Amino acid sequence: MLKLEKRPQPSRLWTWVTPILAVVITMLAGGALFAALGQDPVEAISTIFWQPLFGEFAFYYRPQLLIKGAPLVLIAIGLSLGFRAGIWNIGAEGQYIVGALAGAGVGLAFYPTESWVIFPLMVLAGAIGGWVWGTIPALLKLKFGTNEILVSLMLVYVAEQLLAAMALGLMKNPEGRGFPGSRNLRQYESAHNAELITGTGMHWGVVAAMIAVILAYVLLSRHILGYHIRLAGQAPKAARFAGVRSARLILFCLGTSGALAGLAGMFEVSGPAGQVSIDFNVGYGFTAIIVAFLGRLHPLGILLAGTLLALTYIGGELAQSNMGLPAAAIQLFQGMLLFFLLAVDVLTNFRVRLSRPEVA
Amino acid sequence: MMILSSIDPVLLLASLMVASTPILLAALGELVVERAGVLNLGVEGMMITGAICGFAMAVNTGSPLVGFIAAAAGGAVLALLFALLTQFALANQVASGLALTLFGLGLSSLLGQGYVGIKPPPTARLDLPILSDLPLVGRVLFSHDLMVYFALALVALVWALLKYTRAGLILRAVGENHEAAHALGYKVVRIRILAILFGGACAGLGGAYLSLVRVPQWTEGMTSGAGWIALALVVFASWKAGRVLLGAWLFGGVSVLQLNLQAAGLAIPVEYLSMSPYLITILVLVIMSADKSRAPASLGRIFHASQ
Amino acid sequence: MTGDLLIVSGLTKAYPGVVANDAVSFVIREGEVHALLGENGAGKSTLVKMIYGLVKPDSGVMTLRGAPYAPPDPHRARTSGVAMVFQHFSLFEAMNVAENVALGMENPPPLRDLAARIRDVSETYGLPLDPHRIVGDLSAGERQRVEIIRCLLQSPRLLIMDEPTSVLTPQEVGILFQTLRKLTAEGVAILYISHKLEEIRALCDHATILRQGRNVGTCVPRDTPARAMAEMMVGSAFAAPARTDREMGAVALEVADLSVAATGQFGTSLRAVTFAVRAGEVLGIGGVAGNGQDELLAALSGEMPVAAGAVRLWGEPIGQMGPAARRVLGLLTAPEERLGHAAAPDMSLTENAILTAAAREHLMHRGFLRWGAAEAFTRRIISAFDVRTPGPSTAARALSGGNLQKFVIGREVLQRPEVLVVNQPTWGVDAAAAAAIRQALLDLAAGGAAVICISQDLDELMEISDRFGALNEGRLSEIQSTHGLSVEAVGLMMGGAHGMEVAHV
Repeated sequence: MLKLEKRPQPSRLWTWVTPILAVVITMLAGGALFAALGQDPVEAISTIFWQPLFGEFAFYYRPQLLIKGAPLVLIAIGLSLGFRAGIWNIGAEGQYIVGALAGAGVGLAFYPTESWVIFPLMVLAGAIGGWVWGTIPALLKLKFGTNEILVSLMLVYVAEQLLAAMALGLMKNPEGRGFPGSRNLRQYESAHNAELITGTGMHWGVVAAMIAVILAYVLLSRHILGYHIRLAGQAPKAARFAGVRSARLILFCLGTSGALAGLAGMFEVSGPAGQVSIDFNVGYGFTAIIVAFLGRLHPLGILLAGTLLALTYIGGELAQSNMGLPAAAIQLFQGMLLFFLLAVDVLTNFRVRLSRPEVA
Repeated sequence: MMILSSIDPVLLLASLMVASTPILLAALGELVVERAGVLNLGVEGMMITGAICGFAMAVNTGSPLVGFIAAAAGGAVLALLFALLTQFALANQVASGLALTLFGLGLSSLLGQGYVGIKPPPTARLDLPILSDLPLVGRVLFSHDLMVYFALALVALVWALLKYTRAGLILRAVGENHEAAHALGYKVVRIRILAILFGGACAGLGGAYLSLVRVPQWTEGMTSGAGWIALALVVFASWKAGRVLLGAWLFGGVSVLQLNLQAAGLAIPVEYLSMSPYLITILVLVIMSADKSRAPASLGRIFHASQ
Repeated sequence: MTGDLLIVSGLTKAYPGVVANDAVSFVIREGEVHALLGENGAGKSTLVKMIYGLVKPDSGVMTLRGAPYAPPDPHRARTSGVAMVFQHFSLFEAMNVAENVALGMENPPPLRDLAARIRDVSETYGLPLDPHRIVGDLSAGERQRVEIIRCLLQSPRLLIMDEPTSVLTPQEVGILFQTLRKLTAEGVAILYISHKLEEIRALCDHATILRQGRNVGTCVPRDTPARAMAEMMVGSAFAAPARTDREMGAVALEVADLSVAATGQFGTSLRAVTFAVRAGEVLGIGGVAGNGQDELLAALSGEMPVAAGAVRLWGEPIGQMGPAARRVLGLLTAPEERLGHAAAPDMSLTENAILTAAAREHLMHRGFLRWGAAEAFTRRIISAFDVRTPGPSTAARALSGGNLQKFVIGREVLQRPEVLVVNQPTWGVDAAAAAAIRQALLDLAAGGAAVICISQDLDELMEISDRFGALNEGRLSEIQSTHGLSVEAVGLMMGGAHGMEVAHV
């Protein structure tokens, strides 16, 4: 019989091994899944993971890694701060949308004026928009004790409706010949989140993501606030004893993750996506949750995990067009990753022992 | 006011019963799970899995009943994965529930590939000789399909079970203090797994009701947050079965009302009306949050029998 | 009444790193009160869990009334006639007495009949209980009654009691003993686990003494002096802390009319608590657990804000200040719960040092942590307080109870507090570590600090305190000097018998 025995202290080795183990197991299970769908598992796995990096058209796909990875990393960094503190922001998708709307709104308001000041203002608006949407659940939690999971989630659905209302109403392109959606921001130079170095896919969002990773690392490992975040999540009573003010922590974590998600949305709508449309949001806010956990809530881990999940998006699209693999299979694959990670994570804190047969 | 008068109150009430059934079923299941001390946020994933399983089986066999059974099974199987994660791998319950939802959404999209745009076999409606023809009451109370009545019966069953039976007592004890229950020799893990499976089956039934009766059609992501509303409902009901029914009627009512207002041509953009169920949910959560003390004391805490 | 009820032979149980029980053998006779004696960590709990079916022995046999006895679970133990009252109650606070009793029984009768039986049995044995009261509202002594009634309703032949008097006032202890004597008169044997020598000498027929997992001897307590039993329990003699006569300074901490509502559904409110501590003084606050100790500590540590003037440090009102601000002013505290409250279990000792010492020991600069300084401070604690650990980066949960407690107390003492408040400082700690901790507290006071020691251990309080008061249901008794204070007087200060009645024998 297998028994679980608590380790005297969390295993450093397993903390780094578990994500890798989870990825390997997911590849195996994913392969089995693809086989069940009638596809060649090896071809499917290599299309998803190998081709975009080293295949024939890798020069095209590698920049996509940055483009798809940036919002994932940016959002996940924000989420990880809250998750570490036991504050569950599940509404990043909504904060992403609102940030995009705020940023795009500012940009569109200035049209057609050209000025260098417009883009920074859009960035600010995006951050504030996301921050507001994230602070709503924080305030309700502080004032009324409402569960932030459910509130932030409900706000996602509200944000989606808001997006539709904007795309079809207030932000609709007057020169769009009746089609839904806003003006394309990529054609509006001052508002365009352009590639900084052509052909690399690196836009301001990528830069922001890198900065976020570095700042989060410094915060968590060297600053007292980062220490308080970790303490609050691990031992809430001890945190209170230490004098951590939970109200501040809640506002900081939810507000910051909201702002970062809002930024991601804003960079996306003014860059790769280009316009405010009904189907603008593709679920980055939820995939970022997987990224956060896969990266063990650690900034460097998140960087790697974000890149990996971006790879699955790109590889998935490739598999869709080359092999006819349904898009939903990739969503399932990503869900499996999280599942297996959680299952394997037990090894960090527990040893598996074969118990000896009991003596009567 | 002209708009309101164009809405038929009898139809409204009747459709309220229908609208509330999916979340009622899902919430009842989650109520039992939470009373046992487990927080399963994967209700949305289990519902949508049930929706596709039920739909697919009903279409394939031509029998909605088979569909519902398949839905319950589908929801339960997904719930089993959650049970394995949280009860054996001791994973964090919040993360596991989210994983379940994401997994369920992906799985259902995949399974539902070939079923978009198909009409399912119709579910029979009750047609009692005299009762169904009564002017007001007939339509509202006596002309529904069997699942509506099943859901109502389930409310009574869950209530009685928790309050009066030994099994219910033990379940509540496990949710109150799993350490003490274990010390007294009760199999905490086994009881929780059974509760989780029950919750999964109920959520599956709720999802199938959406795809087989309420809509009735299969679309990706068709639950649109119903699972999350069901979770909010359990909080609203202070973990009491009777209150779940009231809450389900409230939410069902709001969603039906806003649809009717949309159809009646109310001069507010459709999207803002569509927001209303979610905003109401937030409002309700705020009002009920003050009463945290009623939650089962072991809710969400990991249990590991250390010997 | 002289037949052997339970024969335990060669019972062994090992866990990774420690042998909890090593070939333990002893005999319990029918109708006798048999004590199981030993220090914390001696193996009493594990042995008894094996008898009750919660733990399976690695080797050894048990015989109950001549037949082989190896219960795979508590259900089987109960049906064989073995019942147990745990030290930490297995009660469900939100449910009523009848429901709690039903949960502890194999085949309980319907609740209405059960309620009637509970009333009967509880009256008969002098432990009256209202079956419809919610357990969360009961005092610790009353909760123990629920546990006992639960056992009695199953007509056990052997009743195991694990440290039953740790939550009782002296008067309640007397009533419990009368109940137990009635039971033995009816032929029920009692296995009585304790480390309180005087109680065992008063109550028990035989005693088996465990030390480090082994049976080191059996004796007849009435014929054995307490000193002899203590030496068998502990092995080597150790020095009792030295009390020096001290000069008392000015009033350091003053608590005036402190009244706080209970936190949560099952807490205790504090009512008009008033006292003052001088520099150089040790004030002992006694009382059975659950009478407001945790609330008092929270009010003093700053975790629970109170009226500004209710707590004054050197005359300044600090009632509204949080823990961090109070530490800067020199008021430090150490709560009862080591893992989870005083220390974060999964964090290293260095990280745990930062928990309270960040400001006072300058472990951060403009918010940025100075890990080098933190580690150095942690090493100082480890060496000054003899904390047995591989190093400062070991996780707190890896330490034994005693070592972690030394670390926690040491962390506060090395910060040179002006006022230190500790709650149950030596609870669950082995004798040598406990002595070291008590000495550290005395040394601190000798150095001019004011020390408040909240504890359930009356012996400890009498040893180190200059003055003493007792908390009972949130009220603090009159404070008296410890010189010449009798156990009787102390018991009365702790509030008497909470309305219990004598057994209807």
